[in-house]
Amino acid sequence: MTDALPHSLATEPTTASPTKVVARDINVFYGDNHALRNVSIDIPDRNVMAFIGPSGCGKSTFLRCLNRMNDTIEEARVSGSLCIDGREVYDKSVDPVVLRARVGMVFQKPNPFPKSIYDNVAYGPRIHGLARTREELDAIVEESLNKAGLWNEVKDRLLEPGTSLSGGQQQRLVIARAIAVQPEVILMDEPCSALDPIATARIEELIDELRKNYCIIIVTHSMQQAARVSQKTAFFHLGSLVEVGPTEEIFTNPRDPRTQDYITGRFG
Amino acid sequence: MTDPTPQNSLRDTLAERLPRRYRAELRFRAAGLGAVMSAMAILLVLILSILNEGLPAFSVHNLVLPVSLERELVDQEGDASEASLRRGRYGAVLQNAMREEFPAVTDRRELRALFGLYTPLNSTRLMDEVLADPGLVGTTHVFRMPISDELDLYLKGQLVQDRVLPTTGRLELSEQDGSGVAISASAGFADLAGEMRRSIQLEADRLEVRAQSSRQAMQIADADERDRLEAGAARAQRQADSLIAAINAEPGWIALQGELPSILVQADGRILKVSALSTDGRMARGEYLVGEGDAEPVAVWSLYVIDTPETRRRVSDQVIAWTRALESRGRIERGFNHYLFSNADSREPELAGVRGALFGSILTMIITMVLSVPIGVFTALYLEEYAPKNRFTDLIEVNINNLAAVPSIVFGLLGLAVFINAFGLPRSTPIVGGLVLSLMTLPTVIISTRAALKAVPPSIRQAALAVGASKTQTVFHHVLPLAAPGILTGSIIGLAQALGETAPLLMIGMVAFIADAPSLGLEGFSQPATVMPVQIFLWSDAAERAFEARTAAAILVLLALMIGFNALAIYLRRRFERRW
Repeated sequence: MTDALPHSLATEPTTASPTKVVARDINVFYGDNHALRNVSIDIPDRNVMAFIGPSGCGKSTFLRCLNRMNDTIEEARVSGSLCIDGREVYDKSVDPVVLRARVGMVFQKPNPFPKSIYDNVAYGPRIHGLARTREELDAIVEESLNKAGLWNEVKDRLLEPGTSLSGGQQQRLVIARAIAVQPEVILMDEPCSALDPIATARIEELIDELRKNYCIIIVTHSMQQAARVSQKTAFFHLGSLVEVGPTEEIFTNPRDPRTQDYITGRFG
Repeated sequence: MTDPTPQNSLRDTLAERLPRRYRAELRFRAAGLGAVMSAMAILLVLILSILNEGLPAFSVHNLVLPVSLERELVDQEGDASEASLRRGRYGAVLQNAMREEFPAVTDRRELRALFGLYTPLNSTRLMDEVLADPGLVGTTHVFRMPISDELDLYLKGQLVQDRVLPTTGRLELSEQDGSGVAISASAGFADLAGEMRRSIQLEADRLEVRAQSSRQAMQIADADERDRLEAGAARAQRQADSLIAAINAEPGWIALQGELPSILVQADGRILKVSALSTDGRMARGEYLVGEGDAEPVAVWSLYVIDTPETRRRVSDQVIAWTRALESRGRIERGFNHYLFSNADSREPELAGVRGALFGSILTMIITMVLSVPIGVFTALYLEEYAPKNRFTDLIEVNINNLAAVPSIVFGLLGLAVFINAFGLPRSTPIVGGLVLSLMTLPTVIISTRAALKAVPPSIRQAALAVGASKTQTVFHHVLPLAAPGILTGSIIGLAQALGETAPLLMIGMVAFIADAPSLGLEGFSQPATVMPVQIFLWSDAAERAFEARTAAAILVLLALMIGFNALAIYLRRRFERRW
């Protein structure tokens, strides 16, 4: 799979949005395991990009490259070039802490801190010094919860522990926490896999809403979800990026037979 | 349902196995319940036996004596200065008070026995009271001091077998030809006389049987043996004859001789030791141990029978008589044994206390806590969160685990070699004890802290990292607070273990008789001290019987300390958990 770039990369910009993330020849090794092979992709801003593919295909690994969460895995090695807004992410001068403030992440299982709802959202702004006064912090918390569509549900119980919320609410709280540090990119690693359909629908609405302001990259196992929320879709298989293109095209007219097989449910 | 289809047979097999499964379940539950019950029962027995042993030590009999602090005895300079008061003869003051109680005692040996009712160390306590209030000089001061340990045990009924018989009717005491005579109007000695006659008769019979069996054995024995047996038989026969003769020597009287219980009659402030009882049970004859002369007939009198013969006990009838006399005069009060908590160790059990050991334990624990908890927690944090996983850290980990298994006495040797010999720290001090015990506690703290850190879900770390927290912020804002309950539990278990440790302290000289409690200040760390378990060990080895109960009492204090420690751990854990 190293012969050529996936066809859609250079051509066919689907929207007018500028490119946010540019990845070239990304390889990731976990010890001896070659987890990601020569992945090159452009991800547009103010758009939702969905990564699909069977389990273990490397889509989460690639997602974790974007905010250097792979650094926390001791034996992980990353090579290649990855730029956000033209700046090399893996440059020595880049502090992963600053990077992660710009690239937020939402995980598969809701993981609020075992603190109050308020403190959950306020934690990021606090450690980054985004608010000088209590009022500013209150404003950030309210705005973030508002953007995450949670404000009306929790405004009267901000001091209750975040873990007391329902699963769907927790996931929106986690999104609010990510938004609170004013990121540019939000990575979502199967954000709805632990939620029921109603909560999933709310998160999907939220993603659609957030698309106006952020570059969102979502890993999902649900092809329907990818079809519903994303504008572009990338299909990974066995550590390689097989095909990337406008979501509609990938689902209706995939070019690669493997994509076709996966989408029609022949493997996966 | 009649023909066995494959499905049916499966169902049958299942049905067959089902009762067996239920039985297995039941067996397992019964075994578990049994284990819990037996553990509880053993614990209960243990605690009850310690309580039974130790509770008497929490009370003590005090002599409450009016002592006249004459100026010429306690303040020889006459200026009531501290120097003068320190030179006072307080021992003589106490002796005078005792003499006052029993003016009839003049014989040197008897006086020594009388002054043995309390330990002379009490004169120091009297001096302290006078020093605290010099105004007492020249007055009569009511002084409380613990009665000697053996009499305390006697009064608690633990030293000898004795009983107080019920008495009725009037009793008249009189003196005839130098011996006392008690006349009971209601024949109050009748039961006792019968009992004494029977036991004398029994003893005589026993001797006679022995003489007979010796004679029978003579017939089959060789010459040497025969002589020996013959002598034995003759001796036994002689003793039996003399016993019988004692009963019959004087018509109407039973003389009490040999290994018989002592009988004391107390009436009208006098105590008579009975040496003969009249057969009709109306009269008793003997010598006065307390008081003398004739007395008016009284309706209230006491009859003490001390079943352990005088030759087989450490307190004589005379001392018992004095004690009973003091008791009837209200000079003996049973009260809370505050000496146990206000004194350090002492050679005299009645003055010995755990204060020194308790303070030593507290000081040692402070050193242990201050050293082992921070070092242990930060070591664990570094190893768990920061250190790269390589051969070197593996080696460190293996060594820490091994350290936890090192016998504690080895740490004592290390402490001796390093802290005392190499660093020159003073022996027997809480600082060295604390250093040694923190070496011992470190692995426990490190291992439990690492376990607590490992138990923090990785999702929390990821969440913190994902919003841009640095490694250190992640650890200190999220991981450490979440691990705190576990760290606390582990640390307190480690400290509790250190609190109960004796062996390593052997080596650094903390097993010592130390009669002064260390002060609870900074200087206390370098004063000689001992710790609770060592005190228990020392007392358990002491010769005096009164230390038995005090050992158990000290165990109870240590247990209370441990329970307090654990309660604190549980409380702190609850609080932390609520906060998070």
